Amino acid sequence: MAKLPKKEELLQYNYQVPATDWMDTPVEFKPGTYCYGAKGKNLEAVGFPNARDWSPSEEDWKLPEDWKGTVLEGIADRLSKYRSFRLFMDICVRCGACADKCHFYIGSGDPKNMPVLRAELLRSIYRRYFTTSGKLLGRLAGARDLTEEVIKEWWYYFFQCTECRRCSVYCPYGIDQAEITMMGRELLNLLGLNTDWISGPVANCYLKGNHVGLEPQTIMSNIEIMLEDIETITGKKIEPRFNRKGAEILFVAPSGDLFADPGIYTCMGYLMLFEQIGLDYTMSTYASEGGNFGFFTSNEMAKRLNAKIYAEAKRLGVKWILGGECGHMWRVINQYMDTWNGPADFLEVPVSPITGTKFTNAASTKMVHITEFTADLIYHNKIKLDPSRNDHLRVTFHDSCNTARGMGLLEEPRYILQKVCNHFYEMPEETIREKTLCCGSGAGLNAGENMEMRLRGGFPRANAVRYVHERYGVNVLANICAIDRAAFPALMNYWVPGVEVMGVHELLGNALVMDGEIERTMDLRMRPLPGKGDDDDV
Amino acid sequence: MKIWAPLLAVLALVIIAWLGAGVFEWTSLFGIIIPYTAFAILVLGFIYRVIKWAQSPVPFRIPTTCGQQESLPWIKQDKIENPSKTWEVVGRMALEILFFRSLFRNTQTEKREDKLGFGSSKWLWLGSLVFHWSMLIIVLRHLRYFLYPVPAFVQGLEKLDGFLQVGVPVLYLTDVFVVLGITYLFLRRVVIPQVKYISLAADYFPLFLLLGIATSGILMRYGLKVDIASVKDFAMSLVTFKPQVIPEIGTIFYVHLFLVSSLVAYFPWSKLMHAGGIFMSPTRNLANNSRAVRHINPWNYEVKTHTYEEYEDEFREKMRKVGLPLERE
Repeated sequence: MAKLPKKEELLQYNYQVPATDWMDTPVEFKPGTYCYGAKGKNLEAVGFPNARDWSPSEEDWKLPEDWKGTVLEGIADRLSKYRSFRLFMDICVRCGACADKCHFYIGSGDPKNMPVLRAELLRSIYRRYFTTSGKLLGRLAGARDLTEEVIKEWWYYFFQCTECRRCSVYCPYGIDQAEITMMGRELLNLLGLNTDWISGPVANCYLKGNHVGLEPQTIMSNIEIMLEDIETITGKKIEPRFNRKGAEILFVAPSGDLFADPGIYTCMGYLMLFEQIGLDYTMSTYASEGGNFGFFTSNEMAKRLNAKIYAEAKRLGVKWILGGECGHMWRVINQYMDTWNGPADFLEVPVSPITGTKFTNAASTKMVHITEFTADLIYHNKIKLDPSRNDHLRVTFHDSCNTARGMGLLEEPRYILQKVCNHFYEMPEETIREKTLCCGSGAGLNAGENMEMRLRGGFPRANAVRYVHERYGVNVLANICAIDRAAFPALMNYWVPGVEVMGVHELLGNALVMDGEIERTMDLRMRPLPGKGDDDDV
Repeated sequence: MKIWAPLLAVLALVIIAWLGAGVFEWTSLFGIIIPYTAFAILVLGFIYRVIKWAQSPVPFRIPTTCGQQESLPWIKQDKIENPSKTWEVVGRMALEILFFRSLFRNTQTEKREDKLGFGSSKWLWLGSLVFHWSMLIIVLRHLRYFLYPVPAFVQGLEKLDGFLQVGVPVLYLTDVFVVLGITYLFLRRVVIPQVKYISLAADYFPLFLLLGIATSGILMRYGLKVDIASVKDFAMSLVTFKPQVIPEIGTIFYVHLFLVSSLVAYFPWSKLMHAGGIFMSPTRNLANNSRAVRHINPWNYEVKTHTYEEYEDEFREKMRKVGLPLERE
């Protein structure tokens, strides 16, 4: 991994444009800004083409024979399959409204990270081979030849886009760079060009059921550790059962929550909540991933990974599905799952067994977001909360790109936060809700080797966190996304030390008053609660 | 090159019209054949492009949600920014198309040392709105040449447009605004370095062409006056398909007409098709209801998956050890 630059060095950039036209400015593979290339065995595991080991820093990318024909055919195929693609290739007027909306542009100043220019990387090829003006006028019409250099440039910049859709909010025609990036990545995948950090989890998820590659026994032992901690904290022994047939609800979380700090605390929050309300649920080791890194490779791969959720719900005979806190997982569930793998006619329209609320907004997918579920519980006074247990925390909320702009789940988590903690502060308006700034690590970019780029992409968000940190003393960045939980700790450490990262259900777990629990003296991280119990030595 | 080539191209068009209609007096060509052809290209080209887009399906329901979703009954949905029903989508689209809603959100990012600031930035929105609305009113005003009798709404529009009552003939506000709008849109392309960096010749060409059209039109009205009655007779002859060239009309009229013909013929093959495209943009024109109603992908196909049986086969022993239920012992 490249050494991390100091903050001052990292901030030595500006928004001046290079002297040379972008078509004449070659891409520079600077260590720290890009991911390792996909490994052959991981591509092979899921049957992706041109499986071989390769490195982006080497001159020879080992492209397949007739790679050019493959790419051009790939473009033609996708133009005929996606109206979004064809339209977005045609109607951009280059007004530049999107330019300074991208966190990677804001944090790096590289003009090719302006969404409009990132799109032009592909548009210029579209014009050259698919439009008359481009064929006749060439460069004057903004067209250029497809060369290996172009492929490298695509790879560099399409894996410097987190598919966050912020540009699309501001575009007068709704042109969505995420859509263009997805097409670009599909084309690259036809040549076996992906990143190690994406193709590894994809292979894991396909074979083992989750991105992090947890085998069933490891999931169980991880859960065991969480249960022990819950017992220490609350005095309650919980026994969730996995792969259980006949449960009412299948609960699917992002595997990050089963795996590591701080996601596991969010998972403990889920488990405590379900125990307290006596939910008849099960989790699955087979469908142990709500997230979908396949979504960062190709539509087909995403569908193949997603298929497990419905398949497992059917096998276990549950009535409906509840989904955990995860960002792109919910873009996929909200906008893709039913279309890919539905109809889920073997399930029932979700009804909360506790409140009787019918989730008609999920009538077809039969899958409910946990913050919808929990907000409903709280609204109907079905759980008892003691928000003072979070009094030492000053909390702000980061909207995940996908739940904000691919779903509109804005108030549900806020409602929960307002009920489980007494000190909640919003970041500035231009940086939250549909205008939320990305963590800079989404869409499979949360690797280690590209840390400089992640820090840059995360800088705009960190800047807003710093604002509330300095102004209100905010020390917790709450979120509903496993990638956020994985990515933000490093980012906060670098940009805004003193701010911790917590899932909404971790905070809920702290505040949740469970029947028969012991007096709480610790939070879910087993740290003493100030003002509670015998640790309070005043 | 990106600026000069389109500027020269537009100047060439002006000269072509001036020479052709003024010097060589090919008035039938410039008055009848070219306008008819150009208009036909516009109509057929526009339809062709829209059909081409429509031929590609919308496999997934991908609205960009810009507000609260419809969920629990006590959470207030933002029906315009995150519509879940058709009429709400209509509302969202109307705001986009008539008032450029998304552009209204525009902000400007500034970096001051180690801090970022996000300021409001409405100039692009205002400039675009002024340009597009002026353009629309001007086009509607032009209906007075093509309709007999002139409809009341066109007369009303003219009155409104000239309400300042300055000069003879009365100054139309939209004439001023359209030039201001085009000038603004041009200036920001050359003055803002980032916008200049992304601009193509295809971005300057329509601006120069529109400026040429506006200038020639304004010249005709306020300067090199043309015989309005003849223009009307000529326009009526075109729309009634009994085309008749009227020799007395000044050359400037042919320049105007030729530039308009160039614009409409260019329209369907250019970025100007954003006018049609915005109606079809899947991130804006779809309801966010794909959890409630199944969206169908016409080319959805079966894929190979890793089944539970395969999974259990691989991990059976390990699963048994930790007490997980098995399908096959």
